[in-house]
Amino acid sequence: MKIVVVDQNPIRAAILEQGLRDAGFSDILHIDEMRNLLRRIYAADPDVILIDLENPSRDTLEQMFQVSRAVRRPVAMFVDKSDADSIRASVEAGVSAYIVDGLRKDRIKSILEVCVSRFDAFSRLTSELHSAKSELEERKILDRAKGLLMKAKNLREDEAYRMMRTAAMRENKKIVDVARSIITAAELLK
Amino acid sequence: MNMRRSLKIGFIPLVDAAALFVAADKGFFAEQGLDVTLVREISWANLRDKLAVGLYDAAHLLAPMAIAAKLGLDRLDVPLAAPVSLAMNGNAITVSRALHAELLAAADGDISRPAVSAGALAKVARKRQRAGREQLTFGVTFPFSMHNYLLRYWIAQAGLDPDADLRLVVLPPPYMVENLEQGKVDGFCVGAPWSSVAVAEGLGVILHMSCEIFARAPEKVLALREDALADDPSTATALIHALVRAAAYVDDAENRAEVSAMLARPGRVGVAQDIIAATLRGELETGVDENSRVDRRCLIIGAGGACRPDPRQAAWIYAHMLRWGQAPYSTRLLDAARSVFKPDYYNAALTPAPGAAAAFEPAFDDNDIGAYLRGFAIGQKIAG
Repeated sequence: MKIVVVDQNPIRAAILEQGLRDAGFSDILHIDEMRNLLRRIYAADPDVILIDLENPSRDTLEQMFQVSRAVRRPVAMFVDKSDADSIRASVEAGVSAYIVDGLRKDRIKSILEVCVSRFDAFSRLTSELHSAKSELEERKILDRAKGLLMKAKNLREDEAYRMMRTAAMRENKKIVDVARSIITAAELLK
Repeated sequence: MNMRRSLKIGFIPLVDAAALFVAADKGFFAEQGLDVTLVREISWANLRDKLAVGLYDAAHLLAPMAIAAKLGLDRLDVPLAAPVSLAMNGNAITVSRALHAELLAAADGDISRPAVSAGALAKVARKRQRAGREQLTFGVTFPFSMHNYLLRYWIAQAGLDPDADLRLVVLPPPYMVENLEQGKVDGFCVGAPWSSVAVAEGLGVILHMSCEIFARAPEKVLALREDALADDPSTATALIHALVRAAAYVDDAENRAEVSAMLARPGRVGVAQDIIAATLRGELETGVDENSRVDRRCLIIGAGGACRPDPRQAAWIYAHMLRWGQAPYSTRLLDAARSVFKPDYYNAALTPAPGAAAAFEPAFDDNDIGAYLRGFAIGQKIAG
């Protein structure tokens, strides 16, 4: 069975591809070039097409389900009404599956499950990366503000930190916001 | 007083979503006890799917998509319904400068008349066929869209078969212009402001406003899941009140600057304010010399009772689906199509304006779809 993965994000596509391989699907083609997308898909002649919901080419794919000379095989657009839960889960995870008619339902279900878990894993990874980045960012801001305070008021490092923490508590702010104001003020007073 | 109800409504960046933006920004939703979050989407398919699985409570949707959902022609088979319309018309057929020059050379008369431009298109397409060149390619926004039916209607009137003599491709509205620029399409039919963007960038020429072909064509509806609508009619009533008021606000010329500024914002339509204002005035620069074309019907948001969905409009859309082989015919499907456009909520909430009934030009009788289809040389017919 051939699966086409349409995704312009190479990392997410790789994660999904690995997930599908682990689940025993080995014939996978990743398309990341949206030019002549339909022609590429027809040439690949897949049984299943997976596309991420951020992809503007989704509407282009919908054209495949029209009666036209371009269609080589019937494509079922929906899985099955009884599978509403798996469809909901995949839409929530941000991926959509197009299935060629005649595929066994249990196989469809297992593909959708892989999609959902891999897309969720990718989202987690992205948000973890994002929070790691912002943590690092915050630490840099705190250090800079601390340095400014130490210099301006001739304080030790722990004293400077305590001062910011007290101000944050008093003003009901986050300590990083206090640090930001110190940096802004210092820039203005330069 | 009812609890404030939170609703998520998805939209595609187009001027014809104006009533949604105005109802949100002017507090018309809030006045009705609705806490509405508008979410910008990237594809029609996303809107439909997220509406179907309940991630959205309502969506700014192509009217034919709502009908396709009810008829089971699309993906998820979750019936949708439209208690209020968001817009009529608003589309334009735009061609590349190169194709426009070819059409002018081939035209037999005034090219601003659709019959003449279609005739010219037929000549150009046939010439290409004879020369063995690649077929002309036109972009539409979705298979189940007025853009598709409008473009096909125009193409077919001069004897071209849109499925054999040209290539039609589906592209999301904001991507039309770059496809024209890259030569991937020779023209397209799309909603405002994207034709005007192509003109402003010097890439395209507006051949026709959609109202020059269909005088009053249903375009976008506010679609809800049929079951959700039946379970909670009070929300639909609140939405109708807010949107009809917003539509009147959009229609009032005095508010044009304010409304176009709201639409121009980056998270909304996100194109230059003057382009949006021109669309709302019904004045489109065509890209030919300094010409602009003015038609009050260019985009209709609320005027003439346009917000009231009419089952006959739905039947008309179904007729176009039949013509192009998208749907089979049965009286059951015809009734199902009609039932998607539900005027009952609107009628109960407001007094319909006189003359608000659907008006068709060219003529159409929803009780004789067979005759309508027999009137066309190209396209499928139905028995009886």
